[in-house]
Amino acid sequence: MKTVPCSAVIDGFDPTGGGLTRDAIGLGRVAEKGLDVRHGTILSLEDINVSFDGFKALTNLSLYIGVGELRCIIGPNGAGKTTMMDVITGKTRPTSGSAWFGETLDLTRMSEVDIAQAGIGRKLQKPTVFEALSVFENLELAQKTDKSVWASLRARLSGEQKDRIDEVLETIRLGQSRHRPAGLLSHGQKQFLEIGMLLMQSPQLLLLDEPVAGMTDAETEFTAELFKSLARKHSLMVVEHDMGFVETIADHVTVLHQGQVLAEGSLQQVQADERVIEVYLGR
Amino acid sequence: MNQPLTLTAAQKAGPKATVIALGLALAVLVAMPLLHLLPAEHALHVSAYTLTLVGKILCYAIVALALDLVWGYAGLLSLGHGLFFALGGYAMGMYLMRQSAGDGLPAFMSFLAWNELPWYWYGTSSFLWAMCLVVLVPGVLAFVFGFFAFRSRIKGVYFSIMTQALTFAGMLLFFRNETGFGGNNGFTDFKTILGFSISAPATRATLFLATVALLTGSLYLGFRLARSKFGRVLTALRDAENRLMFCGYDPRGYKLFIWTLSAVLCGLAGALYVPQVGIINPSEMAPTQSIEAAVWVALGGRGTLIGPLLGAGLVNGMKSWFTVAFPEYWLFALGALFIVVTLYLPKGVIGLIKRRGE
Repeated sequence: MKTVPCSAVIDGFDPTGGGLTRDAIGLGRVAEKGLDVRHGTILSLEDINVSFDGFKALTNLSLYIGVGELRCIIGPNGAGKTTMMDVITGKTRPTSGSAWFGETLDLTRMSEVDIAQAGIGRKLQKPTVFEALSVFENLELAQKTDKSVWASLRARLSGEQKDRIDEVLETIRLGQSRHRPAGLLSHGQKQFLEIGMLLMQSPQLLLLDEPVAGMTDAETEFTAELFKSLARKHSLMVVEHDMGFVETIADHVTVLHQGQVLAEGSLQQVQADERVIEVYLGR
Repeated sequence: MNQPLTLTAAQKAGPKATVIALGLALAVLVAMPLLHLLPAEHALHVSAYTLTLVGKILCYAIVALALDLVWGYAGLLSLGHGLFFALGGYAMGMYLMRQSAGDGLPAFMSFLAWNELPWYWYGTSSFLWAMCLVVLVPGVLAFVFGFFAFRSRIKGVYFSIMTQALTFAGMLLFFRNETGFGGNNGFTDFKTILGFSISAPATRATLFLATVALLTGSLYLGFRLARSKFGRVLTALRDAENRLMFCGYDPRGYKLFIWTLSAVLCGLAGALYVPQVGIINPSEMAPTQSIEAAVWVALGGRGTLIGPLLGAGLVNGMKSWFTVAFPEYWLFALGALFIVVTLYLPKGVIGLIKRRGE
């Protein structure tokens, strides 16, 4: 991979880092690499096509996310929102098109694990945490560190890492439940724990699929605050149905419909768009 | 699976009680072979029958522990662990057959009118090489099988069925006389091990102590693994593999490591089983044997390490009693036991003890 001296390398990354190493079975992996974002774009999707047995889930989809941006994706059911996230995280391979993370990482050629280690975190639609482990242990597993088998066999938490976990526990307001098994948390608390796990990973790009589903109003409000504070340091892509929530957080909204971008702009702009009203808002 | 299975009995019943119980069990197990050395008329003499029976059960307990590591922690239900056990046993058996054959060919080969040893028998007269085979054969087979299975993301019931097919294929292969492992008779009539008579009390006592040492070592290793970050990653893998991948872990390496380790433990257990019991034949690879091992783990309580040891002890203890008292009812009793455990004791005997303790 070519390395270019660049000014826009995100916090703490080595700008001279080489390409991602691939390890056949993941026994010894080198995690950290610099991310080249010199054009200010963290994610570029260009002409992505995905079809499942003839059904076109995404058609010529193009989308760009800027560094530090908070983007909301809205669209009716079946618009291709989750498929798009699957493409970004390597779960689904596009039939054609390109997906770049920064300027140099080709997401269509990387494995799911490589993509996660390169700095893309994802929260699933259904809150998924490690139910048999305690809240603290969930965060411990998620933290950014060497994730090879050998490293895990010898891993000990340093004081610094413990402090970081405490800090995140504080942020997601689960300090009281640190030793509770995650399976015993309420739905909203699980959502927060999963967000906390993403924070521990310190990814540059966070993909959040319906993060406030099943949350109380107070929790939703708190989440909005949290996301806004994250947006400066990270880039966020949020899929959400809750329009009130979108209105509070988003500076930029993309509307998907039938696997294509229908409209893009501020929420007011897209809400005024005739086609958007027709397919989605004016039900 | 939303219960905290990683909580061990130790944490619930209080570490003291567990340590005392384990210490007592260990003391009894160490005393048994020593009492076997007493003259036969002595009141405290432990008979060769008892010692062999308990030694055999201890070997099975190691299998149960190994299976718990992959099933209880990593969520990979293997229905083929009998294969790894038998392969370790056969590797040891090859050495024992060479010992009793002296410079000639093992007896079954003479019956087949073979004139020379097949290539894979070379070097088996050396104890050291036989020990290497005990580790390498199950280990390499498990590694290769696991590498392809985990790379193709085979899991759940499909994985179980494949392991079952694997042990069945192994059994059919070893049943053939041409395979060179004594066909359906397997290996028996062992005479000496490292020059010592295999039926001498001192040899029996040593083999028994070696089994106790392996069991203790495996249990210690299991505890260390379960409490390390590695163990927590395995638990996470069992409950939410997708989430773990989005966290940046590659599950394949983790599965492969624990899977291979488990197979090697089974191989070692098999190697200790053969000289104590005095026979190894392809019926050890029968699918039912491996399924029975899963019953031991389920009965004891999976994901608890100690539970499967209790399970193996209970089921095999009952089996020896039943097959003497009411031989025709054993399989019904085993079936009934499994149904009762599934319906009323989802967390096994350990779960029951924990509930009592609260």
